[in-house]
Amino acid sequence: MKVLAAMSGGVDSAVAAARAAEAGHEVVGVHMALSRSRDQTRRGSRGCCTVEDASDARRAADRIGIPYYVWDLSEDFHDLVVEDFLSEYAAGRTPNPCVRCNERIKFASLMERATLLGFDAVCTGHYARVRAEGPGGAASLHRSRDAAKDQSYVLAVMGPEATSRSLFPLGDMEDKAAVREEARARGLGVSTKPDSYDICFVADGDTRGFLDRHLGEAPGEVVDTDGTVLGTHQGTHGFTIGQRKGLGLQQPAADGAPRYVLDVQPETRQVVVGAAELLSTRVLEATEVVAFEEVPAGREVSAQIRAHGEALPGIVERSDERLVVRLAAPVRGVAPGQTLVLYDGDRVIASATLDRRA
Amino acid sequence: MVSPSAPADQRAYLDHAATTILRPEAREAYLEASQVAGNPSSMHTAGRRARAVLDRALEQIADLLGVPVSWLILTSGGTEADHLALRAVPLGLHAADPARDAVAVAATDHPAVLATARSLGSGEGGIAVRELPVDAAGRVRGDAAQEALADGRVGVLSAALVNNETGAVQDLAALSALAREHGTLLHSDAVQAVGHVDLPAPGTVDLMSLSGHKIGAPVGVGALIARPEVPFAPLSTGGGQQRGVRSGTLDAASAAAFAAALQAALDGPEAHRAHVDALTERLLAGVRDIDPSARLTLPDPTTRSGHIVHLLFPGADAESLLFLLDERGVDASAGSACSAGVTRISPVLEAMEVPEAEARGALRLSLGWSSTAAEVEQLLSALPEALRRSRAVAAFKA
Repeated sequence: MKVLAAMSGGVDSAVAAARAAEAGHEVVGVHMALSRSRDQTRRGSRGCCTVEDASDARRAADRIGIPYYVWDLSEDFHDLVVEDFLSEYAAGRTPNPCVRCNERIKFASLMERATLLGFDAVCTGHYARVRAEGPGGAASLHRSRDAAKDQSYVLAVMGPEATSRSLFPLGDMEDKAAVREEARARGLGVSTKPDSYDICFVADGDTRGFLDRHLGEAPGEVVDTDGTVLGTHQGTHGFTIGQRKGLGLQQPAADGAPRYVLDVQPETRQVVVGAAELLSTRVLEATEVVAFEEVPAGREVSAQIRAHGEALPGIVERSDERLVVRLAAPVRGVAPGQTLVLYDGDRVIASATLDRRA
Repeated sequence: MVSPSAPADQRAYLDHAATTILRPEAREAYLEASQVAGNPSSMHTAGRRARAVLDRALEQIADLLGVPVSWLILTSGGTEADHLALRAVPLGLHAADPARDAVAVAATDHPAVLATARSLGSGEGGIAVRELPVDAAGRVRGDAAQEALADGRVGVLSAALVNNETGAVQDLAALSALAREHGTLLHSDAVQAVGHVDLPAPGTVDLMSLSGHKIGAPVGVGALIARPEVPFAPLSTGGGQQRGVRSGTLDAASAAAFAAALQAALDGPEAHRAHVDALTERLLAGVRDIDPSARLTLPDPTTRSGHIVHLLFPGADAESLLFLLDERGVDASAGSACSAGVTRISPVLEAMEVPEAEARGALRLSLGWSSTAAEVEQLLSALPEALRRSRAVAAFKA
């Protein structure tokens, strides 16, 4: 196959590209420039797509022996990921920009361009596995062998069609140490490069500061569930459901128990706080459903609501344009805007976006 | 080792404006001169021998350009020459006459000129930059230049002889007359011009930048031609070589290579230009057949350099077009190479008021001393499919 290997300049995508080339594919490396104003060098483990990262990717491509290009996707990234991130926070939801990037950039813009340019598949360094266990032998997405690194949660949004055009050569790796060892053995200079964390476009890691700068201050009240004003805040975008710290409340609750953010209401600029038990729910409601296979009411599933969260057993109650799942046990901190992924064992069934609780 | 001419690896190099192929004469001259030991500034025999190599090279360069040897300042390349002309000279003029507190540059000039000029304004007693608009042919507008120089504050006026992206040729004679009238020095970055268009008659410009690797010498050598009365602020401190303008050990071998390349580039210019013009003609005819909607950015052949063919393909996308051509063995460019390979809308095309939709489909093909008809044919055979796919990508992006 003719394969486009997305190369961030990190160790994972470099090893993935090398494995794809070794498997006999005709591989071309592409580094996506996602930031409009790029730093020259990388500091610590934060930020991404600096000029230094592009250079690392170029050297890796040269070592592997594949052509290498930089594609400027910064406009798409800004419009479809960064703007979405800001507007979601402004609307009182908690977005996952990595999910949006996979949905709209890597496995949409990039993949579509690749297809138009004659490529058969896109290869990335994500930890997940593609098999043919979908309906009628269609492509299916599975958790990676290394459960700790599994990224099927952030990939599921791409759906079965894009999955069928994806290669994840790291899905079978034992763990990250094995990937680093392989990079070293292959002579890839990025073998010791630190992992990336946090949100790539928030270079200093200060998400709150980033939101303040872009959304501005919009002071409002922190209220109890009965509407009693407990304090003030500088903008609802500083809060996410389930948050406990940084509420800025002067007096403790009557019962002395910690209070959590229960709801964020940008329209009234109110942040509602209350006791932990009010945060619990057994019902997950989601929209924007992307299904890999039929999800009939009554089907037993495992539900995951956080990138590194555990899978919670539950039963599908409704599935049309809305997906409703009843969990076997209550869960706390379900934030609208976050992603819900349903699994059958290690196989992804569907992805959707969590909604405000009914 | 695979032979570079093996059919399987047949490539068309159509990016001579980025850097041209090293000329055999320049390589030979470098290898020979580099065997001479000694620092040209040393007084002993070894030093004198190195100095002799350098002197011969400088004499050859000066002869070829028709200027005295004393006008030559060797640099690391075009960018450093531009830096001297747009930083050291304006500061030197300003120190002698505080009323000379501005520079004027063509809005389409190379970043080595533009960014340097823009950097002068920052800070106390800085020097302001006046950016001169161009017409649709990429030439500095006469009325704008007149207006910019009228108050007598502009120390240096700068306009590239041949624009590096579009190939537009500046009317230096007109700018020179204007500059004389206002006591302004005229600088021209001529790195793209040598061998392709006539260089200005001696005395037309006060300062001129040249680059070795654009004419077939190695990367890392260039020159600033500067009349002796031009004042330079002492920015390069050190051993005081080259009038104290550019300190640092002189590189005799690179100078020899530069001289050899210049000799070759200026040797029989009519024959060379006829060869390039014939290739350009075939290229343009082929492009017209493939895509009647394609537009030559500068249609008038009398005001553009023959070696740069700048085309606009409506509905195409430069990034994917370059990728597809590269894949089919053609090295081309969208205009300017950027640090990490990202392509953006060209400021040169913006200054020429080329609509953004057209500018997105810009392609620069540049020919040089080694260009062949086979290379042009390879481009023409790759272009139809590349254009078709590129337009599909552009349509998807839109």
